[in-house]
Amino acid sequence: MKTTLTFRAAVLSLFIFVMFIGVWHLATLAPKESAATQAANAEYAELMGKGAEKASGFPSPEKVGSAFVKYLSDPFYDNGPNDKGIGIQVGYSLLRVGTGFLLAMLFALPLGFVIGMSPLMTRALNPFIQILKPISPLAWMPLALYTLKDSEVSGIFVIFICSLWPMLINTAFGVAGVRRDWINVARTLEVNPLRKAFLVILPAAAPTILTGMRISMGIAWIVIVAAEMLVGGTGIGYFVWNEWNNLALPNVIFAITMIGLVGMALDLGFGTLQKFVTYRE
Amino acid sequence: MTSHFLSVEGLAKIYPTTDGKPGTPVFEDIHFAIERGEFICIIGHSGCGKTTILNVLAGLEEASAGGAIMDDREIDGPSLDRGVVFQGHALMPWMTVLGNVAFATKSRWPEWSKAKIEEHCTTYLEMVGLGHAIHKKPAELSGGMKQRVGIARAFAIEPKMLLLDEPFGALDALTRGTIQDELLKIVRATQQTVFMITHDVDEAILLADKVILMSNGPLAKIAEIVEITMPRDRTRAEMHHDPQFYRIRNHLVDFLVNRSKGYAGSDAAQLHDAKHPPVVRPGLVSDGTPPGDNGGRPVLKQVVNQ
Ligand SMILES: Nc1ncnc2c1ncn2[C@@H]1O[C@H](COP(=O)(O)OP(=O)(O)O)[C@@H](O)[C@H]1O
Ligand SMILES: [Mg+2]
Repeated sequence: MKTTLTFRAAVLSLFIFVMFIGVWHLATLAPKESAATQAANAEYAELMGKGAEKASGFPSPEKVGSAFVKYLSDPFYDNGPNDKGIGIQVGYSLLRVGTGFLLAMLFALPLGFVIGMSPLMTRALNPFIQILKPISPLAWMPLALYTLKDSEVSGIFVIFICSLWPMLINTAFGVAGVRRDWINVARTLEVNPLRKAFLVILPAAAPTILTGMRISMGIAWIVIVAAEMLVGGTGIGYFVWNEWNNLALPNVIFAITMIGLVGMALDLGFGTLQKFVTYRE
Repeated sequence: MTSHFLSVEGLAKIYPTTDGKPGTPVFEDIHFAIERGEFICIIGHSGCGKTTILNVLAGLEEASAGGAIMDDREIDGPSLDRGVVFQGHALMPWMTVLGNVAFATKSRWPEWSKAKIEEHCTTYLEMVGLGHAIHKKPAELSGGMKQRVGIARAFAIEPKMLLLDEPFGALDALTRGTIQDELLKIVRATQQTVFMITHDVDEAILLADKVILMSNGPLAKIAEIVEITMPRDRTRAEMHHDPQFYRIRNHLVDFLVNRSKGYAGSDAAQLHDAKHPPVVRPGLVSDGTPPGDNGGRPVLKQVVNQ
């Protein structure tokens, strides 16, 4: 066989996917329900009213598939607060992530530079960073809601705080680790500090900085779902929560898949950027 | 006041030990001078402080005592007046070859136009035989080519003095030979003053006007200054036909192999005057020269300044 590894891997991936759908399909074939479960279900239906019909067992791939078709065929509709297209919801989430991430960048890159350049600052700020870093970003939420008094701003703040640490630490680490030789070249050429920062230190540290940004973005995308579940209103996280309240599991599964896909796209984007700034020695 | 182009006076370097106390000086009381247009090589075993001396001259490191004066000005920091070729080439891998040299040129003449900078850089890159590779990234070049870019970068800023730290140490003999020839050609053409560290005796004989020999550290000293008395237009291909060549070579090798280690306790050390290290011309001494009679006092052979 003279096929490439990529091709064979793709075939295998496809096979795994088909198997997964097949097993899922078989597992969710309408079972012959026992009397007891039927009774329980009936009771449940009574309690839940009309919505209960959606909750009869785990949704089959067909049902989830039709949710995909329904939402993807019209991603940008807007029928009021609880009924918006998936494109709009993802858009809200991306907007929050983007804003929080950008704010974190504006803060982390210059500060990381200062910390990386100065052993004194590294030592002085290290205890604070070490204590603040492991705090779950969601733990800030009550404080944010209380002080900022706005759920939207609080959501962005949570993204800001969780994006901050990896960027800050990697920037400081990258800047501190710039090869002595390159710094010495800049020194012997009497390069002014600004030129040195932008033409020597930044490009030298860029791969490390971008790794930090990539990690930050990954965390931010994980956190936004939870934050939106808490804060509500709009966004993919709220969508999941809302569909769960409607007991519309096919929609939940659809949303989960979308979260994964968007997260992957973001990561790929940063991967590309990273390649762009990486240099070979 | 000094009449030399560069004079090093009473230089010493002490690094703190791991527990923070000052250690034994790597070297102390180092005196030497360099004239304009001279090519000086410094030879000594690893660890005797050659790089440290060069870094002090470059202004990258501070001496613990003493200092250096170049062109009537004290060296107290890095300056565009002194170009440095680093041992590990130190090219910025994210810039092209041209970009690296242009970065230096732009630092020297910020007011120059882009076209003028590019023209200037290309001239120097062609001088080291890299006219064809100016748009390549350093990673695409061989070790010898990278070192050439480093040399072009140092020459491009047209410094008053050039400092080279074992620039060819990592290269194979063949490449080293070619680049030595190129360096020699450019230095002769530009009348450049050069201070270079090397561990290659032949390289020193080919390039240098004077070779500074350092004894082993710690407490390294300038044991001798060897004048290379062979004609200045010597070439790598021809120089070993000159009878002086082997006398000089043997003298240098003998120092490195035998005398540098035990220097501290030898006769030479007792006679040593740090301010005026002995200057010798082994090339001019024929083998039969009698040592001369100094009434039983130990005496340094071939010394011309005592
Ligand atoms: N930053 C430093 N801290 C402590 N000791 C150092 C430092 N740099 C160099 N040394 C010591 O100084 C001595 C001279 O070093 P160096 O100038 O690099 O020697 P050379 O270039 O002749 O091999 C060595 O013994 C080395 O261990
Ligand atoms: Mg060295």
